[in-house]
Amino acid sequence: METDRAIAPPAPVRQPISEGSEWTFELIETYDREIARVAAHYGLDTYPNQIEIISSEQMIDAYSSVGMPVGYHHWSYGKHFLSTQKSYKRGQMGLAYEIVINSSPCIAYLMEENTMTMQALVIAHAAYGHNSFFKGNYLFRTWTDAEGILDYLVFARNFIAACEQRHGEEAVEELLDSCHALMNLGVDRYKRPARLSMAKEQVRQAEREAYLQSQVNDLWRTLPSRQEDARARQAARFPAEPQENLLYFIEKHAPRLEPWQREIVRIVRKIAQYFYPQRQTQVMNEGWATFWHYTLLNHLYEEGRLTDGFMMEFLQSHTNVVYQPPYHARFYNGLNPYALGFALFSDLRRICEHPTEEDRRWFPDLAGSDWVKSLDFAMRNFKDESFVAQYLSPKLIRDFKLFAMVDDDRDDQLEVAAIHDDAGYRAVRRQLAEHYNLGNREPNIQVYAVDVFGDRSLTLRHTMHDRRPLGDSTPEMLRHAARLWGYPVRIESQDEDGTVLPVGECAPPM
Amino acid sequence: MSQLVDRRLSGKNRSAVNRQRFLRRFKTQIRKAAAEAVSGRKVADLERGEKISIPSKDLSEPTFHHGPGGRRNIVLPGNREFVSGDRVDRPEGGAGGGGSGGSPDGEGMDDFVFELSKEEFLEYFFQDLALPDLVKKQLAAVPEVKRARAGFVSQGNPSNLHVVRSMKQAIGRRLAMGAGPHEALRDAENQLAELEALGLGTGAEADALREEIAALKARIAAVPFLDTWDLRYAHRVDQPTPSSQAVMFCLLDVSGSMDENRKNIAKRFFMLLYLFLTKNYERIDVVFIRHHTVAKEVDEEEFFASRESGGTVVSSALELMYEIILARYPSASWNIYTAQASDGDNWDDDSPRCRELLMQKILPLVQHFAYVEIEAEEPQSLWHHYAQVKAMSPRFAMQRILTLEDIYPVFRELFQKKAA
Repeated sequence: METDRAIAPPAPVRQPISEGSEWTFELIETYDREIARVAAHYGLDTYPNQIEIISSEQMIDAYSSVGMPVGYHHWSYGKHFLSTQKSYKRGQMGLAYEIVINSSPCIAYLMEENTMTMQALVIAHAAYGHNSFFKGNYLFRTWTDAEGILDYLVFARNFIAACEQRHGEEAVEELLDSCHALMNLGVDRYKRPARLSMAKEQVRQAEREAYLQSQVNDLWRTLPSRQEDARARQAARFPAEPQENLLYFIEKHAPRLEPWQREIVRIVRKIAQYFYPQRQTQVMNEGWATFWHYTLLNHLYEEGRLTDGFMMEFLQSHTNVVYQPPYHARFYNGLNPYALGFALFSDLRRICEHPTEEDRRWFPDLAGSDWVKSLDFAMRNFKDESFVAQYLSPKLIRDFKLFAMVDDDRDDQLEVAAIHDDAGYRAVRRQLAEHYNLGNREPNIQVYAVDVFGDRSLTLRHTMHDRRPLGDSTPEMLRHAARLWGYPVRIESQDEDGTVLPVGECAPPM
Repeated sequence: MSQLVDRRLSGKNRSAVNRQRFLRRFKTQIRKAAAEAVSGRKVADLERGEKISIPSKDLSEPTFHHGPGGRRNIVLPGNREFVSGDRVDRPEGGAGGGGSGGSPDGEGMDDFVFELSKEEFLEYFFQDLALPDLVKKQLAAVPEVKRARAGFVSQGNPSNLHVVRSMKQAIGRRLAMGAGPHEALRDAENQLAELEALGLGTGAEADALREEIAALKARIAAVPFLDTWDLRYAHRVDQPTPSSQAVMFCLLDVSGSMDENRKNIAKRFFMLLYLFLTKNYERIDVVFIRHHTVAKEVDEEEFFASRESGGTVVSSALELMYEIILARYPSASWNIYTAQASDGDNWDDDSPRCRELLMQKILPLVQHFAYVEIEAEEPQSLWHHYAQVKAMSPRFAMQRILTLEDIYPVFRELFQKKAA
């Protein structure tokens, strides 16, 4: 396999690191050192690692708090814990694979029940695969601050605990419920966020509290005097332009929130923002980590450092992870990001190393290039949507037997738009890339107007895409929005012709 | 270089708070589910937790999402037979191709199922229940304690002074303090005796020795016979005693008219009472009395097992119970609870007698007497006479049960927490 990059000729004698399946701390350290050596050989650039050995219960715990090592308390985490625990106990789910978040040091968890093979697999996958992705990918580089996040989470937990003491658990819980519901509308998609740090955050929080409150009230003091004409009223539209970040808008402008409530809205918003890159790079992130655990462990095997038994166990686990059931299978549950991501990166390497005539036509710049550099470039500069659009090759479309369907409610049948043939490659690729565009998956809802002179109601505008309406959760979502805004909240849908239709309205709870 | 941290021992049960939050938030639903679960349980099952299921829509965490309709493009793997341009019918209920693009959390109408631990389950079950007159012996509030010996201590109350121990201590101390001087004294005396034997008994050396001997004797005499640090006191501690004990009498009619179903209902009723008592008392005795025309004390197996034929004389059971109380369970030290289940049949002449027995003899002794009439078409004579008792005594409660599901509400009503 290693043609141009092998550091040493295949070892004449196998000198495996370990034989048995039991792990010890010394062995974990040895494996980690070996994997780090090979990772460095391939040029993986990582944050320092902190590998933690935990019990399965702690793993479930980490699952239910989306991997945040420090989290504030909320019933929804309890709910997730219960359901994860249930499926784990029933054996429906292995917890073998990693949880890792982009902090520095990068914390990876190893479960004590696992065998040495699985521990090595997780180290390669999380501590070198994910870790290098977090450090290299442009979204994480620009949007998150790995060094500040742990401090910020501690700040958030302490602040929320203090609020619970002062204002009661129920009041905080209600607020968090509403914030969580609107979390997906609490991210800046284009503006770059400021860096977070505990010390700064604490100092600024107090200032912000005092200052913001006065600002908010100012908004309502700008009532024009009576003699001003209607034209001026028209001109005083607020906000001047539609705003995409609803939670940010609420934090800054909701008239009736207390300062501590604004701070909690901000915390939820910040955390949502922090996890936003993860949601945009699921396929890439998992694919990258899977590709590297596969490559790193195979490299070690070729050096004679791993036993055949190790490889059998590793490959079995690896194969399960990258299995893609066909759409007609009973347990089909969408495209498996591990499978697709792994295939994309493996295929990319193949195109570089062994391009076919077809590849030369489709990827003239890639064919024959240094695969390590090409992969590194791909990892750094794309997100799922653009990655698929750029690198999904005809061969991969054939391998996955991908096809595109159109489901139009004006048509009583589904139509197969494109399949894995010459005429269809581009269409399939475009559709799949669209599928990973978060902007299409979630309804496009923006803050449109506030009735400053009237009932102070907030109007949200949903811009329809492909005539897709809002789902049945909308009334409940409006209740949450109204609770935060403190005055009525309306939502309207604008279809592709520009016609605007009201969808719902909700008054705040008294 | 990576850092390796062993976290297994830290942060156990970190999610306990979140779990409590979850339980608190959905307590209405959970309590309802717990009530339903009880009617489906067996006696032996009570020692475990309970699987609770709540409709997942009640605890959904909503987000904005797309509804059905409009135009959507789906990419699927594993094409078998399609070529582009094919038209297929829309699959019903989202089977097959409809799966992708849905919300990641799944929007199925399945129930959310989770396990309550035994303690949590019972907590919900008994939340606002309390047996009446529970305060009679202040059992819940002030646990009875017994003074128990716990060795000896060097400080204490003069009345606890332990003379023998103190003397023993003094002997040891005197021995220890006197050992050196005694030895020196012996040496000095020997030397003096030697000098005297040599005829030097009047010399300066002998005088010095005599002086030394006198000093040593004075020193030995100065060792106190009893010193303050010799004193030892008996130590006693308060030990909680499990005096909060209760006895529960289960009275069951096993005459011909009590069929399996009725007995089942009765059994559950007893079961619940028993469980409630285990929550409140450290020690509980259960006495099973079954009766038709005659009453007999039996063990649990036999109690529910067979059915006798023939008529019913309820008073026989009450009499037997009274005898047992007098013989084994003095009401001064036992909290006595009685649960009686019957289908209401009784010999007409016997019912007034039952009333007499209850009013005169039994009710003054017991904390509570609960009577349930199971599946009786209409109140029988026993019911009417018991109704008179109920009017007279607050310790008496009666209810009618028609189906399995009625037990829990009835049970709650019987033992409703009394205001103040």
